[in-house]
Amino acid sequence: MSIWSPEYETMPEEQLRELQLKRLRWVAHWVYERLSFYRKKFDEVKLRPEDITSLEDLKNLPFISKDELRKNYPFGMFAVPLDNVVRIHSSSGTTGKPVVVGYTRGDLNTWSEVVARIASAAGVKKGDICQIAFGYGLFTGGFGLHYGLERIGATVIPVSAGQTERQINIMMDFGSTVLVCTPSYALHLAEVAEGMGVKKGDLRLRVGLFGAEPWSENMRREIEERLGIFATDNYGLTEVIGPGIAGECQERNGLHINEDHFLVEVINPDTGEAVEMGESGELVFTSLTREAFPVIRFRTRDLSRLIPGSCPCGRTFVRMERVKGRTDDMIIVRGVNIFPSQVESALLEIEGVEPHFQIVVDKKGHLDELEVRVEVEEAFFPDAMRKLVEFQKKVEDKLMASLGVRTKVTLVEPRTIGRTAGKAKRVIDKRMY
Amino acid sequence: MFVKQVSVFLENKEGRLYEVCHVLGDAGINIRALCIAETADYGVVRMIVSDPEKAISVLRNSGFTVSETDVLAVVVPDKPGGLAQVLRILKDAMINVEYLYCFIEPGTDRAIDIMRVENTEAAINVLKDGNVEILTPAEVYGI
Repeated sequence: MSIWSPEYETMPEEQLRELQLKRLRWVAHWVYERLSFYRKKFDEVKLRPEDITSLEDLKNLPFISKDELRKNYPFGMFAVPLDNVVRIHSSSGTTGKPVVVGYTRGDLNTWSEVVARIASAAGVKKGDICQIAFGYGLFTGGFGLHYGLERIGATVIPVSAGQTERQINIMMDFGSTVLVCTPSYALHLAEVAEGMGVKKGDLRLRVGLFGAEPWSENMRREIEERLGIFATDNYGLTEVIGPGIAGECQERNGLHINEDHFLVEVINPDTGEAVEMGESGELVFTSLTREAFPVIRFRTRDLSRLIPGSCPCGRTFVRMERVKGRTDDMIIVRGVNIFPSQVESALLEIEGVEPHFQIVVDKKGHLDELEVRVEVEEAFFPDAMRKLVEFQKKVEDKLMASLGVRTKVTLVEPRTIGRTAGKAKRVIDKRMY
Repeated sequence: MFVKQVSVFLENKEGRLYEVCHVLGDAGINIRALCIAETADYGVVRMIVSDPEKAISVLRNSGFTVSETDVLAVVVPDKPGGLAQVLRILKDAMINVEYLYCFIEPGTDRAIDIMRVENTEAAINVLKDGNVEILTPAEVYGI
């Protein structure tokens, strides 16, 4: 399978580290001169950008968190004047203000490049017909894949998310060979296609580029079996660039990180210390080439590990394992990030009481189901059934509005939600990854 | 004047109703009348018991969500059209009945209707005017 940019992707390690260092020094100067936020951070540890003489020196700088980025809403972390920003994307803002990221023309070029690489690694080539079923909008998924696939020279169909039957008709009529979406949506598509009487042989799908949510090997096998597709995983984060940070090659033994653009560290989330190579921890990224929205030591809260050793595909970029979980209590339901605190505040707003609740995530068919169990307490136990049903409906509507995901609310008896040390266990995730 | 009905929130699963009755039985409380309103997942058990105060306290102590509701206990002739006659009075007074359940008093020709109406005071007045017998709490608890 062809390597999109062999001069970088197969660069000997020593040379790669030199390039990373050169770029790290560039970005250090870039942010130091342009953003007081970073200048303060550097000054606090008495580090000048020119003092950086090895990649190790990066460890002297503090981490930055999503909260810090959010505090600078909307454009406070842009390192270039808005004039030079040609595109804006944003995180979903589920826990408050979203993180707004900007892209210069150069950044868009980089983004297309890194996505072209991961798509090529997955097996996409010129001549492929790529159906993008990620949402187009502020979410980075749709546009990120779009431009990267165009860069390859593939034919892009920007269907965007939803309208499953239409997706399947297009897939058949246009002869789509590449499918881009979340893995759970791929399974949903398979299910609906089967229901429409579509046979695997009616589809020309070859390669799947799946991401934006955690999934399992079992899910991969099932997607491949039902859609007749080669299913690959890729990884990205809005705060760093969007999709394109890392992706699987044909070996599918880990995701190659585009190390010439993104410097990865894996840390113990409690101590902040680097873990040994190969050990699990939290991923931390430093962007090495971003102009409009550079990040230095950004804590992703995603848990993974780096895979030691070389990959038979020839790429020298280090591989990360697919993300195994989060250091916080965020859950991803149908591609949407959800925090238990959002449910808590929605409940509090409705009745002015703070009932015990529990979030249960499960799969119904292939789609994630979100259930919120609420213990019925006397403070809001009306004897009239109608009022109970109304309460249930009100909670469902409120959650729909604040989470953006349909939720089933179940009223349960007091003390039926398991507690540990007096605190209710907030999330039960029954999905298997 | 009002009869106190005890309502308990229950999940719709096996053994829960037993648990309520068991707790009341152990406390020596007699259930005079009982009805259940249910959805697929949960229900509300409504009861008229011999000692509502005590029933509420023992159920609460056993961890149930309990509430107390004012209801009316109305005597209805145990014959065709008996209930209709009473409901007509409420209809004419534009009083909505939220729910209602009946039981027959053994050895008599009368039925007792437990009624939850929108405006309990107004209902009492019109029913009295219509010569409908309304039982006192003591009468009901001790039936």
